[in-house]
Formats: sequence, structure tokens, C-alpha cells
Amino acid sequence: MMARDWLQIGVYVVAVIGLAWPLGRFMATVLGGQAPRGPIARVLRPLERSICALAGVDEHREMNWREYARAFVVFTFGGMLVVYTLQRLQGVMPPNPARLGPVDAYLALNTAASFATNTNWQSYAGEATLSYLVQSLGLVVQQFASAAAGLAVMAAVIRGLARRTTHDLGNFWVDVTRATVHVLVPLALVLAVALVSQGVVQTWGGPVVARTLEGTRQVIARGPVASMVAIKQLGTNGGGFFGANSAHPFENPTPLSNFLEGLAILLLPAACCFCFGEMVGDRRQGWTLLAAMLAIYLGALAVTTATEIGGNPVLARMGVDQARSPLAPGGNMEGKELRNGPVLSAVWATATTAASNGSVNAMHDSFMPLGSIPLLALMQLGEVVFGGVGSGLYGMIVFVIVAVFAAGLMVGRTPEYLGKKIGIYEMKMAVVVVLLPPLLVLAGTALAVVTPAARAAMHNAGPHGFTEVLYAFSSAGNNNGSAFAGLATDTPFYNLALAAAMVLARLWAGVAVLAVAGSLAGKRRAAESAGTLPTHTPLFVAWLVAVVLIVGALAFLPVLAIGPLAEHLTLWAP
Amino acid sequence: MRNDLLVTVRLLVVLTVLCGVIYPGTVTAVARLCFPRQAEGSLVHLDGRAVGSALIAQEFRSPDYFWPRPSATMPPYNASLSGGSNDGPLSDRLRARVAGRLADLRGPAPAGAGPVPCDLVTASGSGLDPHISPASAYWQAPRVARARRVSDAAVNAAIARHIEPPQFGLLGEARVNVLELNLELNGLRDER
Repeated sequence: MMARDWLQIGVYVVAVIGLAWPLGRFMATVLGGQAPRGPIARVLRPLERSICALAGVDEHREMNWREYARAFVVFTFGGMLVVYTLQRLQGVMPPNPARLGPVDAYLALNTAASFATNTNWQSYAGEATLSYLVQSLGLVVQQFASAAAGLAVMAAVIRGLARRTTHDLGNFWVDVTRATVHVLVPLALVLAVALVSQGVVQTWGGPVVARTLEGTRQVIARGPVASMVAIKQLGTNGGGFFGANSAHPFENPTPLSNFLEGLAILLLPAACCFCFGEMVGDRRQGWTLLAAMLAIYLGALAVTTATEIGGNPVLARMGVDQARSPLAPGGNMEGKELRNGPVLSAVWATATTAASNGSVNAMHDSFMPLGSIPLLALMQLGEVVFGGVGSGLYGMIVFVIVAVFAAGLMVGRTPEYLGKKIGIYEMKMAVVVVLLPPLLVLAGTALAVVTPAARAAMHNAGPHGFTEVLYAFSSAGNNNGSAFAGLATDTPFYNLALAAAMVLARLWAGVAVLAVAGSLAGKRRAAESAGTLPTHTPLFVAWLVAVVLIVGALAFLPVLAIGPLAEHLTLWAP
Repeated sequence: MRNDLLVTVRLLVVLTVLCGVIYPGTVTAVARLCFPRQAEGSLVHLDGRAVGSALIAQEFRSPDYFWPRPSATMPPYNASLSGGSNDGPLSDRLRARVAGRLADLRGPAPAGAGPVPCDLVTASGSGLDPHISPASAYWQAPRVARARRVSDAAVNAAIARHIEPPQFGLLGEARVNVLELNLELNGLRDER
């Protein structure tokens, strides 16, 4: 590694935390119940009110957890229905300058489930499958709506912890509207324009035909890309305009655009930690969650950066120069873009799998086997290392409940978190959430590898092919959306199986965690005593990290051994 | 329940107008006003005709041009269907492809001496990577100079003029835009 590499990683991490801090505090005012303040908020407040009025929402009506969960589920299915319908009708609806026909039913269902659940798994290449209308009116709208829904559920969960002896968790519709109007739209506007300045295209003019210097014809796909890229990065969506996602020069043309998009991956999930600390009235609690997330993220980053800079031994044996220098990126460059090189590709790959973003600036299928283990692991841990916008934080709170429960058992005390006693009901729901990803990922992978049609979709042979399938279910079963893209998943089997995994992962976890919030909201706040386990100490950070890693390792070490680990060992095969 | 359905429908309609029409429309308007060239795809024109985009690789096979990084799209450099090879790093397929590229580079019109820089034998993630590393440009310089009957020094000087350093001296990799460099080469020949 060069000194500059350390510096650019350092600047990235500092920028994420430095911007997430004020943003998180602002989000606490937006979602905390008081009217958002500030000059921009004053302009946006009337917009928010008129949206509520148009939608027939009573701003002051509170919901209990069941009402809140029902609204969340209905809203998600409503979004699915819209995206599905638009795709089926795209052939007859302008603007569609590339004249693309309707999407087949299986693929349309998969894509609808994918975007409504904040996953953005893509079994298709956007520029060759979806019209401008579907991309903007269908997908982009869900990229806002699903992220806002995640923030809403998070706000309800935090209220459950902060409030006492009540059934009220807030109003889902108001939370969705506020998150969209005050947080997501302003951020996306600023980011989109900044990206255009770097060369991200934003046009409704359709493809352009060029006659190249050597005289061949090149049809260059374009579109309203910047507006989609901004929200796909900010909202932990990840679904890009083009098949190559943010590896495509029109989605991510310069190192600065790469920096801004990378920043946007972690910005909101990190800000959620600060928002949490602010809303529960104890900032140290927010820092604790952020510290645990950062510790796991940096560990993963170190491994993947090392393997990708280290290069590919197979190419080294063929005499290819993979040394890193100021004049050459070096490293494992298959599937990577030159302007990003191995370091920024590794930073992005770990950020996009830590947060449940799923956008890529390099092809994960071509990462070194050891370098792909952190990517798989970050998803399999349940998307709680930053995780999705909102959903990462409430996922991590579930792990906190497990951690205080386990710690309570060890010392023989009743477990508490933020003054709320953790009872049998909360633990049951927490286990339901924690065991869901292993169930979806392992059962889905097992089903696929015994189904001949599903096995045929593998692009690579041997353990790498197995990893492609494992990656697909890890991604869908945790609402990430990134892929080992060699796997040909536009088949009825994968479209249905992955759609089911995405919907179950999103709704099951969301509803169970709201049930916990409903139960906690009804409790009093117990006074702190000498026996209370403090949940803001470095010791607790380490304990939380250990619980997350142990739960993940118990479930997933065996499959990682037959996938990437076995592949790595073939390096020494005769 | 019925109320939830009703609110969902109405809210989705309003959000569709805000996030699906007003938002992308505003971005488009600002983009067209402030960055019209970038918003349209950074197109490069020669004699009033588009010859490509500065951000999108195009195919160069003849020895008197610099070659871009390999493309795994079907067909190569397909700017309507982007993507990488997705070959596993230890796969036989990748090994065979790299061997083929090495043979091409060292083939009938051999370029430089010394080991080939890795970016010249690996397919980019998009298949449309417009850049090569400065090392890869210098490696190809002797071939280009010979084919164009100009001195190595003239070609190397052209490369040096086209090296973009890491942004702000910090971010990303040093790189050379292949299309822009090749356009300048055509100028070199004209001057002789």
C-alpha cells in the first residue's frame, strides 16, 4: 500500500462520521416529533403538510405497533404492485426511446419485490430492459419510498425505547412523508447535481450513435442517470441505471464522483446512530452502536483491501505485472475500473455490503476468494453493520437486546436496555429476527444447489460457482442487492426464490422489531442501580461486536468453508 | 385496513409526482443549465459528427492507436449493454483469456519490452473503461511510434501530456484517456 492509500481511506471514514453527525441530529428533529427547524425546513414544512393533506393523513393520530406494522406492510405491497404494473405496461407507455417491450412476469415480480423492499437485486441490465419511464416513475420512486419506510420503522422502534407506559409509536404515514421531504429529497438533489458536474449523464434524449475513430458504429446508451444514482446511493438501494452499476463511467466517471457516491453509501446508516442517541436522550448510546459497526467494517476493509492489492497469483505466474505504483494500479484488476483501482474498489465493496446498499463499482464475482469472504459475511451478519437506512439501526438494536440478555444471564441480573427490562417476549422476537437470515440464506442456497436448473445458472465451476449461489441468497435474504453477477438469475426459479427471500427478510424483521417496540413502549423506565449493565462503554462495544460475530460465525462458517475458503485452497492444488 | 389501502394509494400517487417527476425534472433542468456537456454524455465531436464519448471506451485494434483495456461485453465495447466478465480469479476461463490477450499484445505488432501491466490484460468492470494506466500507455508507445513512423520521444511526450494524476493528488489512480490520446496522435501525424 502507498501512503496515499491510507490517506484516502482515512479521509473517507472521517468524512462519513463528520457529515453523519450533524445529519443525524437533524434527523432527530425531523423524526423526533417536533417540527423540523431551520431555513430549509421552513420551506419544506408546507410541502410536507400538503402531502399529508393530499394523502388524507391526520398528522396528529398516533398508531400502536399493530397499526404501524400494518401500514408498513400495506405500503410495501402497494409499491410492489405499482412497479410490477409499470413494467408490464412499459411497451405502450412513453418515454421509451429505446422502444423496449414489456418485462416478463417473473422478472417483473422479482424487480418489484426488489425495489419495494429496499433491496434492489437486479436480474436484468437496466439499459437493455427498462424504459426511462419505468426507471424514473417506478424504480426511483421506490428508492425514495422504501428508504423512507425504513427510517419510519426505525423512528417507531426508537420511540418504543424512549417513551414509557404508552402504546403510541407515532404515525407511519407522517414519518414516511417527513423522511422523504426533509431528508431524502434535499440530499438527493444536491448529490445528483454534483454527480452531473463530474460527468454522470442526465438526459431524456435516448441513445446516441457515434462513428468511432476506427470507423465502427457505437450505440451509446444514456438516460436520466444522475437522479437515479443519487438516491440509489443515499437510500441504501443500490439498483443502478446500467447493468454495470457504478462501474459504468456514466454512473461514476471520476474518483471524486466515486468518493461522493461512496460517502452516500454509509452516510444515512451512520447518521441513524446519531439520530438514535439524540432521540433516546443519551448520545453515548448512539456512539456505542456506531463504534461497533465501524470496528467490524474496518476489519472487513483491511482483509479485502489486502487481497485485492495483493493481486492474482495465477496472473503473476503468467508474467503479468501486478505491482502497485504511482503509474499503475496493480493488484487484481479483473472486473475493476482503472480510475478506482484496487483500493477504492475494496473500500466500496465492503461499504456496499456493510450497508445494505448493493451498488458496485467493481465486479465482486472476480474478487479474490479471500477478499470475497468479508463481503459475504457483512451481508450474512444480518445487515447490521451500518445496514439499510433505518433497518440497519433497528437490526443492531435487536443484537443489543441479545447482547444484554446474554450478559444478564452471565451475572444473574434481569437484562435491561435504556432502563427497559428485556423480558421473554422481547427475546423471542429478537431470536425470530436474528435467525431469519440464516434460515433464508442457507435454505435458499440448499434448495438451489439441489435443483438442476438452478445449478445450470452458475457462470464459474466448482466452489466459485457455489459461492455465486450463496452470494445471491445472502444478498436477497438480507435486502442487500449486490451480486456475484456471473450467476444467470433471470430464470423463473431464481426470480421467484429471491423475490420470496427479499419480501420475507424485509417484512418479517420489520414487523417483529415493531412488536418489540410496542412491548417496550408499554413499560416503565427502571431506575439505574449498581447492578445495571452500562451499555455505552468500550467493554459493551466489544461485547456487542462479539455477539454479532459469534451468531454469524455459528451459522455461516460451514458454507464459507465450502465456497470461498475451498476455492482459495485450490491455489495450491497440483 | 381499508384506510391503509386508501392512504397507500394516495401517498404513492403524490410521492410518484414528487420523486418520479418533479425531482428528476429539477435535476435535468439544473444539469442542462450548469453542465450541458456532461449531462449529454461528454460527447466528442470531430467535423460536427460524434466520434464517441470521452467517458466510454471504444474499440482500437490497429497498431497505430493505443489500445484500451479489454472489454467483456458482447460484442466488445458494447455501450448499450455494459458488464464485466465475472470470471472467477482462479478460473480456467480467465487464465485462457489472459493468455490470449498477452499473445495479442506481444503478437504481430509487438509493443514494449518487459512484463505487461495488469490493466491491459484484465477486462474492466463495465467493459467501457475509458482509461489505461500511464504504465500501460508507455508500454504500448514503441508499437505506436513504429506504426506511425514517429519517434518514441514524440509519442512519450504525448502520453505525458495526457496523464491525469489522482484527483486533488489524493483520490483514485493516475490514468490516461485512450480516446483523447488517440485523437492527439492523429494531430501528430498531420503535422508531419
